[in-house]
Amino acid sequence: MTIALDKPRAATRQRIATPGQIALAGAIAVFLALFLVVPVVTVVYVAFTEKGSGAFTLINFADFARTDLFITSFWNSMYVSLMTVALASMFALPLAYLTTRFEFRGAGMIQALGFIPLIMPPFAGAIAMQLLFGRNGSINLLLDDAFGFKIPFMEGLNGVIFTQAIHFFPFILINLSTSLRNLDRAMEEAAQNLGSHGFRLFRRIVFPLAMPGYIAGASLVFVKVFDDLATPLLLNVKDMLAPQAYLRITSIGLADPMGYVISVVLILVSVAAMGLSAWTMRGRDYATVQRGGGGLAQRRLNRWESAAAYGVVLLILVLVLAPHVGLFLLSIATVWSFSALPDGYTVAHYGRVFLESSVFIKNTLLYATLAGLIDVVLGVAIAYLVLRTRLPGRQWLDWTASAALAIPGVVLGIGYLRTFYGVKLPDGSSLASFWMIIVLALAIRRLPYALRSCYAALQQVAPALEEAAESLGATKYRTVRRVVVPLMIGGILAGFVTSFATAAVELSATLMLVQNTSDAPLAYGLYVFMQSPAGRGPGAALGIIAVLLVAVCTLLSNWVIERSQNKRSGK
Amino acid sequence: MDLRALRLLAATASLALPIGAHAQAPAGKLTVLTSFSKDVTDPFKKAFEAAHPGTTVEIQNRNTNAGIKFLEETKSANQVDIFWASAPDAFEVLKAKKLLQPFKSKATGIPEKIGAYPINEKDGFFSGFAASGYGIMWNERYVKANKLPDPKEWQDLATPAYFDHVSIASPSRSGTTHLTIETILQGEGWDKGWRTVKELGGNFRNVLERSFGVPDAVNSGQVGYGIVIDFFAFSAQASGFPVKFVYPSVTTIVPANVGLVANAPNKVTGEAFIEYLLSPAGQEVLLEKTIRRLPVRPDTYAKAPADYPNPFKNPSLGGKVTFNSEVSEKRTAVVDTLFDQLITFQLAGLKAATKAIHEADAALSKKENADGRAKLKQARDLIAAMPVTEVQAASPEMRAVFTGGKEKSARQAEVEQQWASAAKAAYTEAKARAEEAAKLAR
Repeated sequence: MTIALDKPRAATRQRIATPGQIALAGAIAVFLALFLVVPVVTVVYVAFTEKGSGAFTLINFADFARTDLFITSFWNSMYVSLMTVALASMFALPLAYLTTRFEFRGAGMIQALGFIPLIMPPFAGAIAMQLLFGRNGSINLLLDDAFGFKIPFMEGLNGVIFTQAIHFFPFILINLSTSLRNLDRAMEEAAQNLGSHGFRLFRRIVFPLAMPGYIAGASLVFVKVFDDLATPLLLNVKDMLAPQAYLRITSIGLADPMGYVISVVLILVSVAAMGLSAWTMRGRDYATVQRGGGGLAQRRLNRWESAAAYGVVLLILVLVLAPHVGLFLLSIATVWSFSALPDGYTVAHYGRVFLESSVFIKNTLLYATLAGLIDVVLGVAIAYLVLRTRLPGRQWLDWTASAALAIPGVVLGIGYLRTFYGVKLPDGSSLASFWMIIVLALAIRRLPYALRSCYAALQQVAPALEEAAESLGATKYRTVRRVVVPLMIGGILAGFVTSFATAAVELSATLMLVQNTSDAPLAYGLYVFMQSPAGRGPGAALGIIAVLLVAVCTLLSNWVIERSQNKRSGK
Repeated sequence: MDLRALRLLAATASLALPIGAHAQAPAGKLTVLTSFSKDVTDPFKKAFEAAHPGTTVEIQNRNTNAGIKFLEETKSANQVDIFWASAPDAFEVLKAKKLLQPFKSKATGIPEKIGAYPINEKDGFFSGFAASGYGIMWNERYVKANKLPDPKEWQDLATPAYFDHVSIASPSRSGTTHLTIETILQGEGWDKGWRTVKELGGNFRNVLERSFGVPDAVNSGQVGYGIVIDFFAFSAQASGFPVKFVYPSVTTIVPANVGLVANAPNKVTGEAFIEYLLSPAGQEVLLEKTIRRLPVRPDTYAKAPADYPNPFKNPSLGGKVTFNSEVSEKRTAVVDTLFDQLITFQLAGLKAATKAIHEADAALSKKENADGRAKLKQARDLIAAMPVTEVQAASPEMRAVFTGGKEKSARQAEVEQQWASAAKAAYTEAKARAEEAAKLAR
């Protein structure tokens, strides 16, 4: 991850680091140690102990390699993750390219809609997907009626790939779009002057320059899919690695090291994938000096091109928003069973959740906002330390933070209880029952998202700009505040929004940590509803409320940032 | 914060009342850790708070396993008063870990047994407050569209018509399914019982990892039949879903339980809560449309709707099997792991072999052939074969495998790999035999 470091022009960075930078690195290291490393190690160390004696051993890893089920699971997880990246790219590339490259009516709307799949509340989404695409879902019932065949969308590994690609492609969309907007128009114009245009221009100039964004998104998708357990489990695919770890940790293997061995393997693969993505970018410089040009020149489409472009965009949007349409139908359905559409419609479910949801909404907003803020602050700081200083061991901050992606929520939840339950607050209650702990768990779990976005954003900022500021007498702090952060703002916003939105619907760690209904977020309320037949409608209604809430907040923050950006650039 | 409020409440209460009185009256916040859904907990919360003004019931919803884990991790400063869940096994585990305290209710009029199962734990560590039986639930629209029959017994689900239409939750994930499997094993004996379970298994559409996943899949019509606990079906019916339910004759009626947590911060109110659950008023709440569980008070059934199953009147409900929870507890981990390694994770192989057997059976019925029948029997025996005997399953050596770091023994992963590879080989072989049998019938 040392892109600009070995370059001769890094003349102002001969010193290893300023004392301020060292203190910052230290503070981040302590934070990560306290809220990530220690809690996880208290749970995971079992993986390295021998049964009976508790002595250090690697025999459990040998067992892992000898067990057919785990090896099959490992390769299945690899396959699914890679194929998901491929399919997700097919969804994301056209949306990102068309909306940034061309004058496109409703581009902002499409960008916002393309983000929504990421906000999929637990349980609700999978139930909605089954109702639409399942073996006896709407589509297959209609197909069977009309043509006498069914399409196994949701069966086996292909079902997982399909669902995951729909769910996670926004990671690529957001990061790639941000990168495309940040491109230096001069590069494109230079290429055009030299006679390049059309697809060649995209393939040789535009896409390579946007590579940091694409890689940031794609590596997130890979790792996220590799570590995700909810989707495979809800589709009943158990021979993948993350579900295996979860199944063992939460049931029969509670005392057995193997669940934790799998967790360690997950962490290693995730960190390796992140490392690999950094390695592919090694020795390349993506920074461009000119800013404020608003990215690519937007070309006007002729009528036919326009129709084709809208067709493609519409098709993708219909597909990726289908789960939300299903969820909405479920939230207004009376009974929906083995039929293409519900038997009848009602608003009673919204009435039922209306009264109790206000406290859930308040908590969700509070927790997700705080977690998102913590994440972007840490994300910017870590990206800055890694890319702009020569502190020894700075990469470890990045790797440790990224490893959080691979920690199953249950492990983090149990780790938090184990580490913090004994710690007493001044009023005598336990630290683990203080709501801030939920915020910290959410922040840690979502930190990798914000970090990747901030990292990509900083990669596109030329160090020369900072050098210019510093040679004009600005301090490091002032340079960061007045030059670096404003230039990174798009990436920071993307990071905040991803962390915020996904934290708002997180459940696995939250479920372990919520100790008062008055402290519970929406996802928890939804989980409680979704455990009974009569609760399916209200649960879905709560899910829709969550989606709307997060979507509105996302649009709002987008608007605020854009306005302040426009003000600054004097538009 | 809550603790402070509680202390404040206690302080004001002691100012207002004589010391002795305030020790007796239920007041303040009662924290209930439960696996029950909102549909069950809300009516009880309302009714209890109305019966004891000044109390508030705080519901913490976690699944049973997570609940046990939570109590274990937080026992140093426990904040939970009541543990409230279905599976008696879970309460046995809590009792063994000394996370419960005994409390004997003063309620009268509750018999000692429901079906063949004792309602209350012998030392009073937990009490049954409602009964549930296990059975088969199905979606009428699905069944009609696929022209399938209505089942009566577990064995019915193993017949060819049901292939790929049945769903179950893994017993390692669902306390209630564990009891269902254990009931079959105890009712039919270890070897015959496992044969039944694997024959059922060959027809499974999938093995789910949450109890509620099964009724949910049946409700929405993703699968036709589910092996579930009765109230899932009754409450789905009450919500308008087109589902039906039947108790097979080998079933057991098992109480859902409530227990007082050790070092409960609000013990008095906790005791009052248990008393309320067992009182006539509390038992009537069970009849509500969204709950639909079987009361443990025989006289409550007088107020129930006409078609409400009554285990005290209907001796066939759970009467056939005497469920032995000690036997069950000893081999819980082994039974669950066997199920997962032989069925859940080998489902593709098991289904392929079962399909071949169904086909061979059909072919042989058209054109009998003694050799073919012999081969078919071999195939069935191969599937039914168990890697461990009943005695081995309950042996201390086998149990040590599943206790984690405490005892020196074979490692769990080692044992699992042996079972899994044996099952895989047996299913492949069974499929080949069945195909040979089918050839002989041609």
